[in-house]
Amino acid sequence: MCNSSTQQTRFTSQQYISFMFEFLTQPWPWYVAGPVIGLTVPLLLIMGGKSFGISENLRHVCASCNVGNVSFFNYDWKKNGAWNLTFLLGVIVGGLLGGVLFANPEPIQLAESTVNDLRELGITDFSGFVPAEIFSWEVLGTGTGFVILVIGGFLVGFGARYAGGCTSGHAISGLSDLQLASLIAVIGFFIGGLLMTHFIYPLIL
Amino acid sequence: MISAKDFLKYLTAGTLFGFVLMKSEVVSWFRIQEMFRFDAFHMYGIIGVAILVGLISIQLIKRFNIKDMGGNDITINPKDSSQVTRYIVGGTMFGLGWALLGACPGPMFALLGSGITIIIVPILAALAGTYTYGALREKLPH
Repeated sequence: MCNSSTQQTRFTSQQYISFMFEFLTQPWPWYVAGPVIGLTVPLLLIMGGKSFGISENLRHVCASCNVGNVSFFNYDWKKNGAWNLTFLLGVIVGGLLGGVLFANPEPIQLAESTVNDLRELGITDFSGFVPAEIFSWEVLGTGTGFVILVIGGFLVGFGARYAGGCTSGHAISGLSDLQLASLIAVIGFFIGGLLMTHFIYPLIL
Repeated sequence: MISAKDFLKYLTAGTLFGFVLMKSEVVSWFRIQEMFRFDAFHMYGIIGVAILVGLISIQLIKRFNIKDMGGNDITINPKDSSQVTRYIVGGTMFGLGWALLGACPGPMFALLGSGITIIIVPILAALAGTYTYGALREKLPH
């Protein structure tokens, strides 16, 4: 009896690898993902006194090819932005690892009310991270695709810089540091998000 | 430009961040739709716990005067809260885009890594948006 239980708990390296693979392909619940995202803030501060913020990279890219010699982009982007652009490269690698190598084969477990709502708006594909009805090269030529992909992207870039940060810079970094400015910006994020989701999106889709 | 050691450090940190964005499904257009409909706790749990963990960490760094790996003092530049217009107007524009596209800047790049090539279009559009802001900056209320 005692013997058999020891045998059951002893893993071979192959079993260990398959267990790890299984673990890494699972979606992570909020109470696992939240702390990891939050730890990015002290991690970057301790690595080199860096403040976490992704959208700043968009500015660095503009600064690297400052076509019209705009003063906002006249700064030493290599000195200020090299670490952040490296971090961004890592985000792409992380996307490859999490979305391809350790991809979860199951569809995302969404709230039933959201699924019903989106079905009414004409979304039928719930298999991946994004709906094929919107995120495909074929849709780009349609009015709906153009508005979502091009106008959506433009607003994200313009708004993030106007507000001085995005979800990482204001909602995570700024609120962690109890910055009033970030609280105002995050309230703005939700005003815009709620207006879009409840009033404008039904007109687009 | 950047030392090999720094490159590896920040690449690893970014990879971890990108990986958790995928595993937590924060990158999902569907999850953003769900969040703005208040249909699930998932996104609020992630953002809430992330802020709490960040807040405790920053307090510990300040309290114990923790230095960075280069031995320098850690200082966080405060954001100027007197510029209310830019935070409300800019923030609302960002929110409109976030809900419309269903992705913010971090997830856009994680999705690119996961092979959703069409996301290049919103990334280029976001660069155009950033550039336009830079060009119009003097004329905008802040």
